[in-house]
Amino acid sequence: MIFPSTAGQTVGPYFAIGLPWSEGSHAVAPGTAGAITLRGVIYDGAGKPIPDFLLETWQADPAGRFADLHGHGGPSEIVGFRGFARVGHEDGDGSFELLTVKPGPLATASGTIAAPHIDVSLFARGLLHRCVTRFYFADEEAANAVDPVLATVSPERRETLLAKPAEGGYEIDIHLQGPEETVFFAL
Amino acid sequence: MTDSGATPRQIYDPVSETPSSYVREAPGIQPPLDFPEYKSTALRHPKQPLIYLPQNITELTGPALGSLAPVGDLDNDLTRQHGGAPIGERTVVFGRVLDTEGKPLRNTMVEIWQANASGRYRHRWDRFPAPLDPNFSGAGRAITDDEGRYRFVTIKPGPYPWGNHYNAWRPAHIHFSLLGRAFTQRLVTQMYFPGDPLFRYDPIFNSIPDAAARKRLVSRFSIQDTEPDWALAYEFDIYLRGPGATPFEEAL
Ligand SMILES: [Fe+3]
Repeated sequence: MIFPSTAGQTVGPYFAIGLPWSEGSHAVAPGTAGAITLRGVIYDGAGKPIPDFLLETWQADPAGRFADLHGHGGPSEIVGFRGFARVGHEDGDGSFELLTVKPGPLATASGTIAAPHIDVSLFARGLLHRCVTRFYFADEEAANAVDPVLATVSPERRETLLAKPAEGGYEIDIHLQGPEETVFFAL
Repeated sequence: MTDSGATPRQIYDPVSETPSSYVREAPGIQPPLDFPEYKSTALRHPKQPLIYLPQNITELTGPALGSLAPVGDLDNDLTRQHGGAPIGERTVVFGRVLDTEGKPLRNTMVEIWQANASGRYRHRWDRFPAPLDPNFSGAGRAITDDEGRYRFVTIKPGPYPWGNHYNAWRPAHIHFSLLGRAFTQRLVTQMYFPGDPLFRYDPIFNSIPDAAARKRLVSRFSIQDTEPDWALAYEFDIYLRGPGATPFEEAL
């Protein structure tokens, strides 16, 4: 017997009561060698920063290991590696900042190699369910050029998925609409 | 392999194994991102079509509990987080977290947040002039047991007005957040109470196209689970996406 899955609903304006954790923005422990900050601003269709959102990220470590239940790829050598970050703001300036490490490339089921990427869920008032996107890295040109998912994105929009090197790490903005609209995915 | 040579249905244990894909959702189950009746969607929904993301290891895995905030003994009892008892209908909210094959997800985190009995959130942005309750914060966490069960003790939240349209009121609801086992299974939703007269006026509830899918967000009153002389009880089961068909059937 197959049951239908439960429908999603918006996280609403008051998620800050329950969801943000202290240290939620740390996908790795502070002080981790090679740690980078990943920051950006989330914009709505009027080009205004969104003050209330919850952003979650999930990723492998540089060796392609996951901190999931089964420790895919084997246990990470990075002490305290979570691979998961949750950043929530109830009335911020639209910006997010998280601490992580750059993930490594990964093998895919079809035998191709996925370029380093971070999976992203965005929740907010006005989003009836989450928006899913990915962060790739602009300085991984060779890996990006053969990434099977980027290959499905038109070249003009690929740019929206690339985090650019910046002081201490990388920067990437998310645009929900407009000429720079971020590429969002259906899972 | 079976005698016919067909690929057998994947059988898996949702705790000890990771499926090779998660089932895609039938149309009509999830609300659309563009829903004009809910005004805040206007500037926040992507206008370009979504791109199909094949499920690979990043999508098939998800954060493990050990790396997240620990759950304390009183985290699932929202009536005992302060010095005194909160005002309102003491209510047990319970159910199971399952996948779409009906297999329980053990040891998975369930997070909730809600308004108090008068419909007010303990949040700086909530300007509804209804009283705050010094004995109620409105947030809880639970971990499912071996049968995928969770249980909260709380106060039934009140309905509250919002600015979406003239005389807009949200039906009473509790917000739920589930991490599941995989990025693919992540779910944020809302649980409602049976018989709410506000259902027909609420664009958030009605944004779900499929009537049966809407109904599944309405909890079930359970006289059996009511605690005599203490609390009413509502049951709410949550189904997260289970394993998909074999990858061969998943057309790219
Ligand atoms: Fe609410």
